[in-house]
Amino acid sequence: MNDNRAILKDRVVRVLLAGFAVSSILFLFLIFAFIFIEGLPLFYKAGVGKIILGMKWAPTRGHFGIFPMIVSSFMVTVGALVIGGPIGLACATYLAEYAGRKRKLFLKPALELLAGIPSVVYGFLGVIYIVPVVRTVFGGSGFSLLATSIVLGVMIMPTVISISYDSLMSVPRSYREGSFAMGATKWQTVFRVVIPAARSGILAGFILGMGRAIGETMAVIMLAGNALKIPAGPLDSLRTLTSNIALELAYASGDHRLGLFSTGIVLLVIIMILNYIANFVIKRKVIR
Amino acid sequence: MRINPRLVDRWSGWSLNVLTWFAVGILAVIVVIIFVKGIANVDLGFILKYPEDMGRHGGIFPSIIGTLLLVALSLVFATPLGIGTAIFLTEYTKETRFTTILRFGVESLAGIPSIIYGLFGFIFFVIKLDMGWSLISGALTMTIMILPTIIRTAEEAIKSVPRNFRMVSFSLGATRWETTIRVVLPSAAPGILTGIMLSVGRAVGETAAVIFTMGSSLRLPTSLMDSGRTMAVHFYILAREGISMGNAYATALVLVASILGINILAYYIMNRVISRYS
Repeated sequence: MNDNRAILKDRVVRVLLAGFAVSSILFLFLIFAFIFIEGLPLFYKAGVGKIILGMKWAPTRGHFGIFPMIVSSFMVTVGALVIGGPIGLACATYLAEYAGRKRKLFLKPALELLAGIPSVVYGFLGVIYIVPVVRTVFGGSGFSLLATSIVLGVMIMPTVISISYDSLMSVPRSYREGSFAMGATKWQTVFRVVIPAARSGILAGFILGMGRAIGETMAVIMLAGNALKIPAGPLDSLRTLTSNIALELAYASGDHRLGLFSTGIVLLVIIMILNYIANFVIKRKVIR
Repeated sequence: MRINPRLVDRWSGWSLNVLTWFAVGILAVIVVIIFVKGIANVDLGFILKYPEDMGRHGGIFPSIIGTLLLVALSLVFATPLGIGTAIFLTEYTKETRFTTILRFGVESLAGIPSIIYGLFGFIFFVIKLDMGWSLISGALTMTIMILPTIIRTAEEAIKSVPRNFRMVSFSLGATRWETTIRVVLPSAAPGILTGIMLSVGRAVGETAAVIFTMGSSLRLPTSLMDSGRTMAVHFYILAREGISMGNAYATALVLVASILGINILAYYIMNRVISRYS
């Protein structure tokens, strides 16, 4: 009898745990449902083209154009990648191929700690230390694409490092040994054999880094100046999709608020596409 | 012209080394700046006193309590859900289409930026469920946000428990649940704890998702329906509105010190586990 009860309990637990597991899907569904329910009607009302390709954002007067913000979001993302990508890859390469055991034990957690610093702190330090440098060296107000890209570049480094590192480490030892046996130097081996073999993982790291940069909010609000136009150069101020939501959500009402949810839909779609590409790239192991 | 490959080799190794230390140097510089600029204003009074004049003077006591309540409440929801999901994925099912969908859900949640969580929490908890800007709205939003971290680390920790632990337990007649509770979870506990601590670090530092769900009231929250201001939000408001640079740095110091403390402890626990199994 006792045994039967234990088995029954096991079955009940299984159903319960399955219910827990489904919650993640449920939450994802709720997030999409509510953001789309709020944001989609405006796409009908104002027109998809006028929102996505519209140049003018004046939500209280019926203009919901977010094209400049879409372009700005991509610009800071690319800027962050240009700055954080190569340094991140260099760190990952050093950790995976050069650093000794003891050094790695210190360096790897230290670099991961960079991801723990809150984005408001990055934004604040950027305003105090990066913006004035940009202003004095290059001119302009300093609140710019350049300043934002520099800070975001640092912020995405942990993502780039950890994913590139994992993929470098998963390159079989025999690849390196084969290269050394041919008389190649360490650098030739790393640059011509190991990095190319790990390229899909490295690419995925870059894409996930882009996802982090395009979704970043607080640091961007503080650094980008939030002007409503497409920046003409690296010293221009700009407003991203994320900042648009965060700057106006607290006081927006009516169609204005719906416009912020439309902004959210565009952001969500971009993020999902980036994540999908990253997952696709990771799964497609390229070993020639 | 051909450059000597040995020379290239030496220089490239050296450059990678320098770039890595440069990146670590950024962390060091951030920590040193916050510490040096903040320490002057941090004392016991700063931690235990209420803010005066919008935070221009006085301490950050309500923000510390607000942060602790938000984190504790989020963990109350997220820990059982996360560990339960991880147990289901590792112990109770094979890889099927169902688990593929579940994993897709977890991965997607992990990739959603915090402002989207803020937007969702605002429309769903604050407005549709009429919970207002409150501790409970903030905690429920944060629960969803930290869930993927807890699930993924718990899954890794449970997977790393050797198979024969389970085999021995089954051979003694234990059911799967008895095995999970008495054998698997105790062995995986440190790894699971690491994940929980990493997600605490994330919750403590979060601003965008919290400010639109929990609000930014400076009063001490005394019920689930009260609004409150976490340290991160308080810091953001002090810094952005230029209320007080001294207190902004001091708040940043307490904020960064707690997050780094939690994360370092998490890595320490993880490393001990790794060295135990290898």
